Amino acid sequence: MLKRNSKLAFLAAILATAAWLANPAAALAQEAPSTTIVAEETTAVVAEEAEEPPPYTSAEQLAEMPILYPKFMIDNLWILIAAAFVLMMHLGFSTLETGLCRSKNTVNVLTKNLFIVAAGILTYAAVGFSLMYPGDSWIAGKFLGFGGFGIGYDPTATDPESVFNKLTPAGYALDMTTWADFIFQAMFAATAATIVSGAVAERVKLSSFLIFATLLVAISYPITGSWQWGAGWLSDMGFKDFAGSTLVHGVGGFAALACVLILGPRLGKYLPDGSIKPILGHNMPLAAIGVFLLFFGWFGFNGGSVLSADPVLVSLVFVTTALAGAAGIIGAMFTSWIIFKKPDLSMSLNGALAGLVGITAGADTVTPTSAVIIGLLAGILVFVSVVVLDRIKIDDPVGAISVHGICGIWGTLAVGIFSFDPEHKLMTQLIGTVSILAFTFIFSLIVFGALKFTLGVRVSEEEENEGLDIGEHGQEAYPDFQPVAES
Amino acid sequence: MKKIEAIIKPFKLEEVKDALADLGIEGMTVSEVKGFGRQKGHTEIYRGSEYTVDFLPKIKIEVVLGDALLEGALAAIVKAAKTGKIGDGKVFVSPVEEAIRIRTDETGEKAV
Repeated sequence: MLKRNSKLAFLAAILATAAWLANPAAALAQEAPSTTIVAEETTAVVAEEAEEPPPYTSAEQLAEMPILYPKFMIDNLWILIAAAFVLMMHLGFSTLETGLCRSKNTVNVLTKNLFIVAAGILTYAAVGFSLMYPGDSWIAGKFLGFGGFGIGYDPTATDPESVFNKLTPAGYALDMTTWADFIFQAMFAATAATIVSGAVAERVKLSSFLIFATLLVAISYPITGSWQWGAGWLSDMGFKDFAGSTLVHGVGGFAALACVLILGPRLGKYLPDGSIKPILGHNMPLAAIGVFLLFFGWFGFNGGSVLSADPVLVSLVFVTTALAGAAGIIGAMFTSWIIFKKPDLSMSLNGALAGLVGITAGADTVTPTSAVIIGLLAGILVFVSVVVLDRIKIDDPVGAISVHGICGIWGTLAVGIFSFDPEHKLMTQLIGTVSILAFTFIFSLIVFGALKFTLGVRVSEEEENEGLDIGEHGQEAYPDFQPVAES
Repeated sequence: MKKIEAIIKPFKLEEVKDALADLGIEGMTVSEVKGFGRQKGHTEIYRGSEYTVDFLPKIKIEVVLGDALLEGALAAIVKAAKTGKIGDGKVFVSPVEEAIRIRTDETGEKAV
């Protein structure tokens, strides 16, 4: 993701667009048909002016600027569309997790996913957005800041100098409204917690999980997010995580790892004789739908993270995202084919997501060829990781730790290897990845550990065998023999 | 009256049904079942772990018919369901004491 104060950096890139936008407007303004020379002169003058646009503080002032206003509208609109794309990813997570779990836990899996979207958006509005983007309100070094409760833009304020009355706060420098920025970031926030839901599925106690997910998304995720996207200490250091290989996916993956270590494997997965009994997902079509929806949503996740509709960058990001996802499929599919003689569909689906997680950190700063290599290696890595975690008794029904945690690390480090910007250094990437994931892991161990010794984190053996749908919800997802009353 | 229970390979259902219909048999009940005989199961793999599937999917056809039709029906089922490979299934015959058609209260062979 671009830093918030980098407007000047990409202003040069939009000059051409601005000039083009100005040209027809200028031509229309002149009553007499103008000659080519006049038009060219106008373009030159406009381009000169556009180098240093006057600061705007209200929508009315902005609308008076014929060059910037269309750009602002397009940028803002793209962010809003991208936000809606990211919401679709939650549907993807929902069906993927449902498909890879047993039918008796379907209502439970869907309830968790639904709740997380609600908790994510509401807590992000209350505290998360201000924790993640504190502006100048740092409390402890550049490790913790808090800009106050709420979204931070007050449309009823009358003081023109008030930071809350500006279209975008001071030093914010984005071509979008605070609201568009908020809703895009809020959709992201819930993603990290949803990743945990898949890994702990089929045995976690609903109430404890909901408390954990809420605290993760309200406190832990925005704090580590502020270190980079909120212009905190990692951002100062030159760390690069474009759309969140580590900040979103790694955080979800390592929170999931902490929870699974505390929770233990599902009953019947590891037999007393030491053998592993796979617990089959109940609906591969749902799992496949989920992965396609996630792939679709990822264009908003990465494409929106450009934080403008910059034609060059958004197009590049779409290409690198698609290439890495495709290469991830090939990597996982053929690795499983070679090692186990058959192409494993669920592994190939994980491979698509692995490639997408892998490219997320560097989607705007690697070449298409590098994107293919990053995705391919992520696909191979996710296969190895799923098999190894299974062997060391870390039971993750959907492969979330491997897809988001392990490939999140890979993607962030890959920026240090493949980025065409020489500013990105492998060592900085390593420091950023380790510090963010260590914070998240320890936070999760403490919170989930505390829940284990108070409310308990696991359902009873009886309930686990019967299914959490009945035990936690008293409902069935597929009530096939529902008696029908004929009147 | 006799009841035939034929356990066959799922993809043979259509042929067996047509063969029985050709003999004038007017009804049957079919269920999807799982089981194994001498064929035993096979090994599958899911996310890197192998497991054995002992119970293979089969179709069970239940037909109740008059004694006169029995021989012909048995021959038709065996002929239609045979592939010659292991796992073709089995046919069981048992006596039936009574049958009732619920709509008309008819009983015995008239009801089947």
